[in-house]
Amino acid sequence: MPRRALKPIAFALLLAPLVKLAADGATGRLGANPVAEGLNRLGFWTLTYLTLSLVPTPAREILGISWPVRLRRMIGLFAFACGALHFAWYLGVDRFFALGEIAQDIGKRKFIAVGFAALVLLVPLAVTSTDRWVRRLGYLRWKRLHRLVYLAALLGVLHFVWRVKADLRKPLLFAGAVGLLLAARLAFALRRALRSRSPLSAGGDAVRPPPAPSQ
Amino acid sequence: MIRWRSDPPESQVTPEGLYLRRREFLKLGAAGAVGVLLPAAASAGPGPAGATLQVAKRVERAGGEQPNTWEQITGYNNFYELGTEKEDPARNAGSLRTRPWTVSIEGEVKRPQLMDIDTLLRAFPLEERIYRMRCVEAWSMVIPWVGFPLGDLIRRVEPTSRAKYVAFQTLLDPDRLPGQRRRVLEWPYVEGLRMDEAIHPLTLLAVGLYGRVLPNQNGAPLRLVVPWKYGFKGIKSIVRIRFVERQPPTTWSAMAPNEYGFYANVNPAVDHPRWSQAKERRIGEFFRRDTLPFNGYGAEVAQLYAGLDPRTLY
Repeated sequence: MPRRALKPIAFALLLAPLVKLAADGATGRLGANPVAEGLNRLGFWTLTYLTLSLVPTPAREILGISWPVRLRRMIGLFAFACGALHFAWYLGVDRFFALGEIAQDIGKRKFIAVGFAALVLLVPLAVTSTDRWVRRLGYLRWKRLHRLVYLAALLGVLHFVWRVKADLRKPLLFAGAVGLLLAARLAFALRRALRSRSPLSAGGDAVRPPPAPSQ
Repeated sequence: MIRWRSDPPESQVTPEGLYLRRREFLKLGAAGAVGVLLPAAASAGPGPAGATLQVAKRVERAGGEQPNTWEQITGYNNFYELGTEKEDPARNAGSLRTRPWTVSIEGEVKRPQLMDIDTLLRAFPLEERIYRMRCVEAWSMVIPWVGFPLGDLIRRVEPTSRAKYVAFQTLLDPDRLPGQRRRVLEWPYVEGLRMDEAIHPLTLLAVGLYGRVLPNQNGAPLRLVVPWKYGFKGIKSIVRIRFVERQPPTTWSAMAPNEYGFYANVNPAVDHPRWSQAKERRIGEFFRRDTLPFNGYGAEVAQLYAGLDPRTLY
């Protein structure tokens, strides 16, 4: 695949579910309860993007496949945008701006509270997603900040687990994927930490230079 | 005593011609700004299908509101035995064969029996009953059921004085109800009513919809309809009706007792722990409307619960 095509292709693929949702909405193909269907689909895709955004880093560090890292920011921004749409749909379509009800919901329903917290956590990550912010914070601090994405993903999965009535298949699939990706990162970090403390280690593994910002 | 106004004035009954023209109403609605969010099924689709049933009388008990469309009622279902997504039951309906089918009437009755479904269908005159249906998930529909009062059957089989509750059971057959291959809930699905609830004139055993034989996804061939209770009390595809002395276990309240009670009366004042029950979305409408105590049937049923703690009535 030509390097230049990677991002446009990824963008089109990531956008496809949202385009389909809009098309289905416009042509009345969201079933008997389109308000609930739209909300559910936006939530599903938010979690999907969020989970996908966790793939590039371990793919590079563990498998040595580096091209997905070039898409990491885009996937993360899709997750934030979709999560914001999910919340906006809840606010403006599902509840039609009944702000009193919504405030009560966030306070009283823990599944809504954790979903809201996950979205709030994504805000600083979206804001600091630019190259300029990476430079301003310094790569190490930026990297530490962006580890919040794991917390956001876990809260997002919890939001889904607590929401369903009985069939936990889909939420548990997300829980498994996020758990596996997080475990991979932790195992890798642990191995690196042990190696760098070992006198036999040649060193150099623990401190890696920041990768060039992608474009 | 319970007084049942079995014959509402003719003016309250939706003429058949009017509900058959319901798509015209929905097309008018679709022209509005909210039209984008109206389901396609409202303006297209095959309409009522299946064998017609002979209906002796029509009783409109939904405040004169327009029934939901056939497509909505048969395309948006909670029937986990046929899949947990709302569209699954319609998609998987073909696996449920409803003949041969017998219903076992047993327990504390003088005349226990194994009734063939076709015998049962001929045993009582069928009525159309247009009821509101309020799902515990805060959506609702208006549904023109066809069926007969459960009380008619109960009187025929003569419960003994020890019969205080009626327990119902859904078919257990993972081949015909493939959702039972996964233990999403404890199978078979079971439900129950107190005897006075069971013989209440509003309580219906439904066998049809829109004048046609009940589609599988709606709980064919025989299901319970208790319009003042949340929809999950309306157990589907019934094979056993057992008269018992003690309150029987019910599927959802066994699974999450703090979320689903035995009574499960529609009660806007008692929230589900995860969502408010104060409002509901009528399928086909955009704005939520207020949920009515006992789903609007309080005048007939509230006295059944006199003296009970209203907080237990969810």
